[in-house]
Amino acid sequence: MTTAADRIEAPSLEKLRFMYERMVLIREFEERLKRLVDTGLPIGAAHYYSGEEAVAAGVCAALEEGDWITSTHRGHGHGIAKGIDVKPMMAEVFGKATGTNRGKGGSMHITDVRVGMLGVNPIVGAGAPHAVGAGLSAKLLGTGAVTASFFGDGAASIGAVHEALNLAAIWSLPVVFVCENNGYAQSTPVEYALAGPGIAARAAGYGIPGQVVDGQDAVAMWQAARRAIGRARAGEGPSLIEARTYRYHGHSTSDNPLRYRTADEQELAQSRDCIVRMRAHLLKSEALTAAELDSIEADARARIDEAVEFAEQGPLPEPWEITTDVYVTRTKGDAL
Amino acid sequence: MSLQTTDRRLTQTQAIIEAIRLEMRRDPSVVLIGEDVAGGAGRPDKPEPEGWFAARGRGLIAEFGDQRIIDTPIAEMGFVGAAVGAAMTGLRPIVDLSFIDLIGVCYDQIVNQAAKMHYMMGGQIDVPMVLRTTYGARPGATSYGGGAGAQHSQTMYSVLAHIPGLKVVAPSGPSNAKGLLISAIRDGGPVVYLENRFLGMSARENVREEAFETEIGKAQIARPGSDVTIATIGRMTRVALEAAERLVQEGIDAEVVDVLTLAPLDEDAIVESVSRTGSLVVVDEDTPTASMARDIAARAADKAFDYLEAPIKTVTAPESPVPFSAALEKLYVPNADAVIAAVHNQRGI
Repeated sequence: MTTAADRIEAPSLEKLRFMYERMVLIREFEERLKRLVDTGLPIGAAHYYSGEEAVAAGVCAALEEGDWITSTHRGHGHGIAKGIDVKPMMAEVFGKATGTNRGKGGSMHITDVRVGMLGVNPIVGAGAPHAVGAGLSAKLLGTGAVTASFFGDGAASIGAVHEALNLAAIWSLPVVFVCENNGYAQSTPVEYALAGPGIAARAAGYGIPGQVVDGQDAVAMWQAARRAIGRARAGEGPSLIEARTYRYHGHSTSDNPLRYRTADEQELAQSRDCIVRMRAHLLKSEALTAAELDSIEADARARIDEAVEFAEQGPLPEPWEITTDVYVTRTKGDAL
Repeated sequence: MSLQTTDRRLTQTQAIIEAIRLEMRRDPSVVLIGEDVAGGAGRPDKPEPEGWFAARGRGLIAEFGDQRIIDTPIAEMGFVGAAVGAAMTGLRPIVDLSFIDLIGVCYDQIVNQAAKMHYMMGGQIDVPMVLRTTYGARPGATSYGGGAGAQHSQTMYSVLAHIPGLKVVAPSGPSNAKGLLISAIRDGGPVVYLENRFLGMSARENVREEAFETEIGKAQIARPGSDVTIATIGRMTRVALEAAERLVQEGIDAEVVDVLTLAPLDEDAIVESVSRTGSLVVVDEDTPTASMARDIAARAADKAFDYLEAPIKTVTAPESPVPFSAALEKLYVPNADAVIAAVHNQRGI
């Protein structure tokens, strides 16, 4: 039987615009940050999301306010897609007191709980059990919230993810597991690291739906996420989406990807760029005009200009902040 | 007085279950998560949990049902991590890690996630969870924790007390077990709650019926004295009290300071006691290297040096894994003789 959630829907103009805006904003954030780092900005470790924007934008377009996400070390895109303000995000990367985490987290811990973002998490796979917990909260407290848990192809091999899939399945929790398969765990190719027919196929072992989706196609991501989220919200349990995607830069700020993959492979991936494709789709379908798309792109550049300025001008944390927030000092009810 | 007086002499395990029950009645966001916490119970044909694991939560499934007493598969990394995520999103889970020896399986979720989340997120996320676990060898006992060998008898709480962001508490008997657990459940952050395996069923104590808190971060003087301070953790408090009674016969009046909280340690209470007694013995059933015993000794050397009239002594387990044979295991855990020997040694007796 085909249910409403199974029918392939077309996203509304509002959703299309949302996805395009978020994708270009993520790209602009990452490319600007990379230029700053490449010209000497000392920010510590960062992992650029460029190339994978359609995954975060498609999934977050299908989520609602009040829903949660868990993220990975490559989490800037997830944060922006879920609605974190790029100004405090950039300030956090710069280590400023005006950052999302008051300069105590950095790129690998950017969080804004107010928009439902439970944290960039650089312990690979560690966010997946948190999504199970958020699902448990939603179920027991009756909030109706769905949690999307992003993880990479590298995390597909760690026990935390498998335990999380099993727990979410046996408890029938409202969780959508989204694997961003970008082909490499640092420099280790997915073909080497994964036994069996693939990541999505592993869903069958947990008795939940698993699906491979073109992660370079935001509309396809939205459609797959919408089905999985609808199922989760209806109390039918978790799903696994494997998004086939590609990262344009190295694993982090420190590596040269041409040491472990070819220029031809990179060019082929970039020829399927998610933003270029969506722009073409929006023009062809006459959803948005070239002028409107140009305006969205100019707006993203302006917002990142502002974010960089905000980050540069923000104060550094005071020395006494070293030992604040080690323990929770407020009592229940005072939380944000 | 009412004729219907209730027997309030509870075991530590009974006091713990009572604390959980009272807090679960008070706050609907409190849940219990762990292996066999319901013991597979809740089905009509199986109303009560079964076995050693389940005895740690007996009666709770009948009152609160399987939505709040949540059995898990054997997946410590998964369910401890789920408790962290649940705590971040509105629940206050008590997660039951039946043996501290299993900490390695889920250490990331405790050390990198629960402990650091509040700090590294700039204070915006709280993780109000309790990690309940058991520690200690039980020479002569016949169930788990006695004759259980090197991987089910450890103490090893220093690997948790070491981590900034975790509060770590170790009750020494039924009354403070109840108060500390209630405080831990009400705390806004992650608290590790350590139960000595010997103490669970062996000691009975009058325990107040209503809910009450025992303040985390405060040591208590278990026995006042004037000649030597014996700082103790968990069941070692009882061992030290036995030693203190015997030392009275020699004219030595020992003060026993039960630290109760390993992190943050009540350093002031230890220094204050040493300022009156002039000497310190620390009793800790953990292995000695990088231990609580040596941490307490080092703090006293730093902060109470001017009061010390004799070298600080520590009484610990030997530098070895816990042996299996009862003949060896009984030698492994510090006893009153070892405490008395340390006091003698310190005083040149």
